[in-house]
Amino acid sequence: MLEESGMDWHPSCSPELLHLRAHLFQKIRQFFADRTVLEVETPLICKAIGSDPNLDFFTTNYQLPPTQRTLFLQTSPEFAMKRLLAADSGSIYQICKAFRNGESGRFHNPEFTLLEWYRVGFDLSQLMDEVDELLALLFEGSVKLQATQRVSYQSLFQQNTGLNALVFSYQDYADYAHSSGLIDAIAICKHDHLLWLDFIFSHQIQPHLGQNALCMVHGYPACMSSLARNNQDNPAIADRVELFINGVELGNGYYELSDAKEQERRFDNEIAVRQDNKRPNAVKDERLLAALEVGLPNCSGIAIGLDRLLMLLSNSATIDEVLAFSISRA
Amino acid sequence: MAVYSTSEFKAGLKVMLDNDPCAIIENEFVKPGKGQAFSRVKIRNLKTGRVIERTFKSGESLEGADVMDVDMQYLYGDGEYRHFMKPDTFEQYQADEKIVGDAAKWLKDQDSCTVTLWNDAPLAVTPANFVELTIVETDPGVRGDTSGGGGKPAKLDTGAVVRVPLFVQIGEVIKVDTRTGEYISRVK
Repeated sequence: MLEESGMDWHPSCSPELLHLRAHLFQKIRQFFADRTVLEVETPLICKAIGSDPNLDFFTTNYQLPPTQRTLFLQTSPEFAMKRLLAADSGSIYQICKAFRNGESGRFHNPEFTLLEWYRVGFDLSQLMDEVDELLALLFEGSVKLQATQRVSYQSLFQQNTGLNALVFSYQDYADYAHSSGLIDAIAICKHDHLLWLDFIFSHQIQPHLGQNALCMVHGYPACMSSLARNNQDNPAIADRVELFINGVELGNGYYELSDAKEQERRFDNEIAVRQDNKRPNAVKDERLLAALEVGLPNCSGIAIGLDRLLMLLSNSATIDEVLAFSISRA
Repeated sequence: MAVYSTSEFKAGLKVMLDNDPCAIIENEFVKPGKGQAFSRVKIRNLKTGRVIERTFKSGESLEGADVMDVDMQYLYGDGEYRHFMKPDTFEQYQADEKIVGDAAKWLKDQDSCTVTLWNDAPLAVTPANFVELTIVETDPGVRGDTSGGGGKPAKLDTGAVVRVPLFVQIGEVIKVDTRTGEYISRVK
């Protein structure tokens, strides 16, 4: 009956993609088992939520009569995993769902799958080595990748635009926008350095990153990295890395900030920005702060979007093609 | 008029941009994992036909454009204007050559076509996908040659010139695809 009424119940991906996904998960689990990194599971529904001003979250109503309260669907498992690290879990990984409201497009589904892992005792460059090894393993036998590139955010900006990413000059940025045909940049970005960086990076730089290769961009401006440590030698940059293949953003990692005071200051800042922008209120994660207070071991961590990874492995043009049921069919 | 937010930008949506009516062709959601989300939009200016790329911050909005495609009958041209009529209401519209543009070479009196109206004034004219027109000028071909190889130019009664097979003669009616300008078949 429903079929006759035109109700489309079919999956958005092919059966091959279901197999490819299952195989990918197996390889990832084997990779971490071989390195004795522990698989963990943390709650998707929590009392607190990340305060990133550019992320919108889902909320849900938890009813336990006579009380009811608003809880948040997690935008990433980062905070809960850091609490495990602070409780001496050692190195851990997780494959889980994450939720980001309003994100829908060729590369976005509001519910998506992350691989997130933390390595105790690793600095960022050690973590980047491991990312390189994992991705080489996952691409083995499918897409042939060229040699991995490691490049700093600042030098990418310099090469592609001639601009200094760390020092904001409105005139330089506006001149560049003018000469590059970015006619909307000036009206949108005004005097907001961060917005300028996002605009130029996403329009002019990212589409060219990692042609048939993994490109790791590191050394992001400190102002763009709320959960990363600032670099020891240059506090203007953070120990943060982003991964790109064929212009697709695949992952984001940090040498994790462990200073509770500094972390709380950054949360408060972000919450204030959210209020200024009239975004829904975020609830600061006091339990994470308490855990940091006791002590997060020195560690680096990274999250990789597995749906996008599957897109690259299967040469799919849209995220819908790798999901059993994308949001429009959920 | 309704207002549309970036998340509602879909192919075919008609909006006002810089005081001109435009049609959205493509909308790509762009978001750095930790940064501001943008909509990169490919959009056609319906007045000039030009396609441009623009960027909006997610959540920005544009006013809808009162643009409608209406089936009309082409009546006649008076040298300055072309005249069209809504067959159901007999309401008439006139459009100058600039608006009619390339469609002019496919328009035959009494044929139906699509007139795009903006605020109830013609903005563009699209001929039917297939039109039947009479050949008024072409080289005498080789009768009996139905191989379809080669071909020759033929001028039609609306002024359009299309390539036709060698066996097609002056005075014959042919069917043409206006989107490609290609000959389809003879009409008996």
